[in-house]
Amino acid sequence: MTKLRWSIFLILLLPACSKSNELKDEMDAFTGFQQPAGFPAPVYKLVSNPVTKEGFELGRKLFYEPRLSRNNTISCGSCHIQTAAFTHHGHDVSHGIDDRLGSRNSPPIMNLAWNTTFMWDGGVFDLDLQPVAPITNFVEMDETVGNVLNKLRQTSPYPALFKKVFGTEEITTARMMKALSQFMVMVVSDQSKYDSVSRKQATFTPAEQQGYALFQQKCSSCHQEPLFTDHSFRNNGIGAGPNNDEGRYPITLNPADRYKFKVPSLRNLAYTAPYMHDGRFYTLQGVLNHYALEVQDGPTLDPLLKINAKPGIPLSAAEQQLLLVFLNTLNDRVFVKDKRFSEESQ
Amino acid sequence: MYRIPQIILTILVISSGISACKKDDTTPVADETVKATLSIQFDNIAGDKNLQLNTGTYVNAAGEAFKVDRLKYFITNIKVRNAGGQEYIVPKDSSYFLVSESEAASQFVKVRVPEGEYTSLSFILGVDSLSSVMDVSKRTGVLDPSAGMDDGMYWGWNMGYIFFKMEGISDAAPTDPSGQHKFRYHIGGFGGYSAPTLNNNRTITINLSAGGAAKVRRGREANIHLMVDILKMFNGATTVSILTNPTVMFGDFSAKIADNYTHMFHHDHTEN
Repeated sequence: MTKLRWSIFLILLLPACSKSNELKDEMDAFTGFQQPAGFPAPVYKLVSNPVTKEGFELGRKLFYEPRLSRNNTISCGSCHIQTAAFTHHGHDVSHGIDDRLGSRNSPPIMNLAWNTTFMWDGGVFDLDLQPVAPITNFVEMDETVGNVLNKLRQTSPYPALFKKVFGTEEITTARMMKALSQFMVMVVSDQSKYDSVSRKQATFTPAEQQGYALFQQKCSSCHQEPLFTDHSFRNNGIGAGPNNDEGRYPITLNPADRYKFKVPSLRNLAYTAPYMHDGRFYTLQGVLNHYALEVQDGPTLDPLLKINAKPGIPLSAAEQQLLLVFLNTLNDRVFVKDKRFSEESQ
Repeated sequence: MYRIPQIILTILVISSGISACKKDDTTPVADETVKATLSIQFDNIAGDKNLQLNTGTYVNAAGEAFKVDRLKYFITNIKVRNAGGQEYIVPKDSSYFLVSESEAASQFVKVRVPEGEYTSLSFILGVDSLSSVMDVSKRTGVLDPSAGMDDGMYWGWNMGYIFFKMEGISDAAPTDPSGQHKFRYHIGGFGGYSAPTLNNNRTITINLSAGGAAKVRRGREANIHLMVDILKMFNGATTVSILTNPTVMFGDFSAKIADNYTHMFHHDHTEN
């Protein structure tokens, strides 16, 4: 409340002040975290880490900082590339430090403020501690958070930047993580055609509208609007891969969780191929074929895929085409080009 | 905003229920009393021998000879009780300790408690569920998850602390990719955040009467000298074999190891 009053006060002062335009531009440019119209309240506790311009910029710098890895070669942005909607486009699984291969497909850094858990298996439940996992993973960055902090302490301008954000030059685990979170929660995708239609600023073509109706009928119970995921863990019947990744089971040790993975969002699919936790499908057509024809039954197969005589979702070729047309309305061109999120803008 | 997970709420509800049912004789000592330092020494041994990292050789009940090169465990939530049944709970944020065999100072856990004569000590071997989900800004000192894979006591991939870590070498262990015959026991699990799972936190209560009550008073530093016999981790209700289980981390078997190591602690004597 106080903050708001101060802003109003400052805005009122602006016309009187000679440097008003410059200041006004800056204030207009950075609006902090905004809950998009039609989106639910964020899950991330912004109260304990309010996003500031300086904090967001420090977080962005850290996101693109290769010193987060043992030999200073891999940054978060290495496997979460903006033009690929913050995934590792073209890679079924990612290659990290020393070209070591991971076992899962790099998920998008997108709309994380609404995530209840992180990772394909939900093993991380707090965004502020999520970066510890890739930093310490042997095949990703193979570093310790302690070493990263030491490197940052010795690297200009980090001490000065931390002082700008947190008041002193001290660089701690909590400060580094809070800054990274400030960047990550700001990476919001809400400018697709679907969003414009939801806000009555555009209309679907007849094919898009038919595809949307089919989506609501056949897909939306798991891929809930407007985030296009219900954040649950499900076995979608793709069957175990060669490494027998059991998904959520190693996290909960509950046999009912075997082969369950987090339901991914359907936003920005045009930029994020390949698909599934191990990137086994190169095209969306492949994904739809799977649901229509290739779902494998098993003890933990999702009940929603067992409604019909044959496991899966009945989808004719024509229906699949309409779904593809609708899915195309979920691609957010503004998001993948947004200068605020780019490595070059630092 | 921040949703307190149901499990934790349940724990809170249950524990508040328990404290409501407590008998009168366990009323906590009022906090305005004069406090002094109480030291608790965790003296790690292996049966009849003192534990010596890297050099000492020990044999477990399965007949397997082994050496230890790393031993660390969390001691938290310390409480003391006097002969009259009055209990003092050390404030949670002053009660997180990491005992490490390679750091002598860490083996003396020092807390401030009211002056008095204590006949019972209890602590958690682990990090309780509320502490395991708290904000990163509160995770300082031994709870700072910055130490990394080898020295660290934190799992990044399945968020939570490793309560007990013991690693070493034994011919009974299979060859690992580095060519060594290593065993690794990393025991953790606080009960789960959004889905219930293993809780390997164990509360250990030690009667100090036989070995000598701790007389806490200003100007002195009473030291409760505990012997911590790491052989008990192998030899207990479950006989743990390095050959059968060379690596135990987050899995059902870890609970058996936690049950075993609950019996490691023996009060030898108190230096008053």
